[in-house]
Amino acid sequence: MSDTSKTPILEVKELGIDFGGLTAVNDLNLQIYDREIVGLIGPNGAGKTTVFNLLTKVYKPTRGQILFEGRDTAGQTVVGMNRAGIARTFQNIRLFDKLTVLDNVRTGYHNSVRYSPFTAVLRLPSYYAREREIEGKSRELLKIMELDQYTDVTAGNLPYGAQRRLEIARALATGPKLLLLDEPAAGMNPQETENLMQMIRFIRDHFGIAILLIEHDMQLVMGICERITVLNYGMMLAEGTPEEIRSNPAVIKAYLGE
Amino acid sequence: MTKKKNLFQILVDDRHRARTISYTMVIAAYIIVEAMLRSGNLSNLFINLLVPVTCYMVAAIGLNLNVGVSGELNLGQAGFMAIGAFSGICLSGFFADTIPAVPRLMLAILFGALLTALMGFLIGIPVLKLQGDYLAIVTLAFGEIVKNLIMNLYVGFDRTGLKVSFVQQTFTLEEGGRILLNGPMGSTSTQKISTFTAGMILVIIALAIVYNLLYSRHGRAIMAARDNRIAAESVGISVSRTKMLAFVVSASLAGAAGVLYGLNYSTLIVSKFDFNTSILILVYVVLGGLGNINGTLIATVILFLLPEMLRSLQAYRMLIYAVILILIMLITNNQSLRAGLQSLRNRGKKDE
Amino acid sequence: MRFLSYLMSGLGLGSVYAIIALGYTMVYGIAKMLNFAHGDIIMIGAYVSFFALTRFGLPVLAAVPAAMAVCTVLGVLIERMAYKPLRQATSLSVLITAIGVSYFLQNAAQILWSSSTKVFPAVISNGALQLGELSISYLTLVTILTCVVVMVCLTLFINHTKTGSAMRACAEDKGAAMLMGINVNRIISLTFAIGSALAAIAAILLCASYPQVFPTLGSMPGIKAFTAAVFGGIGSIPGAFVGGLLLGIIEILSRAYISTQLSDAIVFGVLVVVLLIKPTGILGRKLSEKV
Repeated sequence: MSDTSKTPILEVKELGIDFGGLTAVNDLNLQIYDREIVGLIGPNGAGKTTVFNLLTKVYKPTRGQILFEGRDTAGQTVVGMNRAGIARTFQNIRLFDKLTVLDNVRTGYHNSVRYSPFTAVLRLPSYYAREREIEGKSRELLKIMELDQYTDVTAGNLPYGAQRRLEIARALATGPKLLLLDEPAAGMNPQETENLMQMIRFIRDHFGIAILLIEHDMQLVMGICERITVLNYGMMLAEGTPEEIRSNPAVIKAYLGE
Repeated sequence: MTKKKNLFQILVDDRHRARTISYTMVIAAYIIVEAMLRSGNLSNLFINLLVPVTCYMVAAIGLNLNVGVSGELNLGQAGFMAIGAFSGICLSGFFADTIPAVPRLMLAILFGALLTALMGFLIGIPVLKLQGDYLAIVTLAFGEIVKNLIMNLYVGFDRTGLKVSFVQQTFTLEEGGRILLNGPMGSTSTQKISTFTAGMILVIIALAIVYNLLYSRHGRAIMAARDNRIAAESVGISVSRTKMLAFVVSASLAGAAGVLYGLNYSTLIVSKFDFNTSILILVYVVLGGLGNINGTLIATVILFLLPEMLRSLQAYRMLIYAVILILIMLITNNQSLRAGLQSLRNRGKKDE
Repeated sequence: MRFLSYLMSGLGLGSVYAIIALGYTMVYGIAKMLNFAHGDIIMIGAYVSFFALTRFGLPVLAAVPAAMAVCTVLGVLIERMAYKPLRQATSLSVLITAIGVSYFLQNAAQILWSSSTKVFPAVISNGALQLGELSISYLTLVTILTCVVVMVCLTLFINHTKTGSAMRACAEDKGAAMLMGINVNRIISLTFAIGSALAAIAAILLCASYPQVFPTLGSMPGIKAFTAAVFGGIGSIPGAFVGGLLLGIIEILSRAYISTQLSDAIVFGVLVVVLLIKPTGILGRKLSEKV
């Protein structure tokens, strides 16, 4: 799948972070190529979400390097990483609860469709033009994510599965090149999960982006990921295609315990 | 895509409803009060309250953006009113002989609003780095600092030009000069040029600014940052920048309100804008409902007039005011009462 | 030498701030609320001790416990009636309620005892302790000593008694404390009781140095002490002590060397600078959110 002659969109080199003497992630190497779906799996507490927080600069790494599109991201902020092209969802859903579903997606266009506060206050023509653009794009995304029936519902009142999809829609609105999904299928029933798998594939093809996802649902991970990285105790345990991972004795041992 | 809507649909559209109600309320109130003024049906006591109540409305609309929409506790709104009031008084005094009253009032309000916006920005740089109660205490501190500085500020002008000093001893004017601001004594001979009409126009402008900002990418960003700071950053919203926008607009509106207030009295001391005044405005915003601008307008009018209406009870009026304040908080936060209201509301929805 | 004597009076004023700040910080640490009515408890304490000393002719050593008793009852009563029903409410609702309570106390005092200023009788003899060239008034000495005693007792109580550790547990995690069988409501009441009793002590010390009693007497010391608590790191008991002392010293020194009129601006300016360097105060704990 991965074309080694190309430079990866994301390259992580010997990444590590310590929390007050405790090493949470260590010596992590990871490459993600354009239009690839990569899985990040591992037992609870393996440091998967910490990796996401490192990639989005919520945490500053203690060691190592994160290259995005070949550029070093040292010194970047959370906002800067999003502008560079990394968007994410959260394990414990973080929506803008008091805004409507439509407004949640609209916030995603904050940087790509801009106008000044003066334009807004004075209601200049460009305000209307930009807002129309934002609304049109947002409604389109809601349709793709099958959320159009909820358009004017307050986000905090959505059913669980719809909240997860809304987080994805909001992340996509920022126009990312790499999408990080943190347990997108958590709390979904098998039917919803099946639906989500197709949606993730569609997103990759439609938007032409790479996706890195954390997931416990092995059916989903094995079903859509082209490559999988396994994490255990903050260290990389294995890396390879779903078939290789499934038959890797170290992985089986880590998951089943001794 | 979206269908074209006729005017009626736009008026009743949920998003626009609050705004339409606001404008209607303000204009209706203006017409009624003006009619009563013309027919001489208003007591002097009430007439004297007209300009101040518009000032507090404007300051409260601003604070609602800061506290209600942006979600940061601000205990220093009166400090910005003070900056506006005394800068407006100085400007108006300086041009008293050269510019007629109405353009001078407009100029003073614009100047006061811009100056407080600048001050809000400068104060916001350190303040907005903090969070929660720490932010609140620093806004309180800034309010006190502003009050303390203005209390020791001497401003005047004579043939040689404008004179400003923090030390009374070094503050001397040539003959024929005029003192605009006399330290702890405040302003002493201001021309009263504020009018109720100007106040109501300012309320409308404040409403337009806040509503237009709310229904824009900036308004959404401010609310997103309030609802979930980390998620807001993750979609590329610079939280410090959006908080700053809300803070500066709020400060600027307080400044404009302050100018109007300052130019409504011939004498004014800065302790009028102390911590208690900040709290007073905060109470209007909280009791009106955070983020609810119509609530803010109604709460400001009622709570501002309440102590006046209780005037016949003399000493007991502030006591009653305090009890009402506590009772409102206890009742609105009563869990069983809330649940009851919610079920009533749900039933109402089903009936539709 | 003059600097040393300024420093001593700074320590004296700071001790009063520290005692008041302890009340703010304990209530904040355990009930997580800004009790804006705390300053007005001081005012009530001042009136009670004023009447105990003048109308009832009690000696100082009897007036202190009388004021403490009244303030304690009042503090607990306020907590039970106004704050307890708001445990689940937003912090803003609680803040507004506290402001309502503050207005209530101030206006009740005005109705009961009129707004005219009453002169507090001298409670500590005017003399001074001579240490070479340095003279320290007995009043300053008593104030500082009281503060130290209060601080030591409180620290021992918090760290070495069962109730104290229950208080620490509540400050850490109320839910967990409740699961461990701690009566959280009782602990919160106790916190208000201690804070209010301390306010009474502060009231007498304050009135001994500034012998005027009036209904809004508690506002400014209240705001300053609150500032001191934040300065030291709100929620931290040693923080309140350090913050109070520092604030007092800064205030006296800036009055002496910079400007009497601008001393408040300087005090609050220092607070802003400290919070910029250490956003949670000198001894405060770092806040963080789990992502």
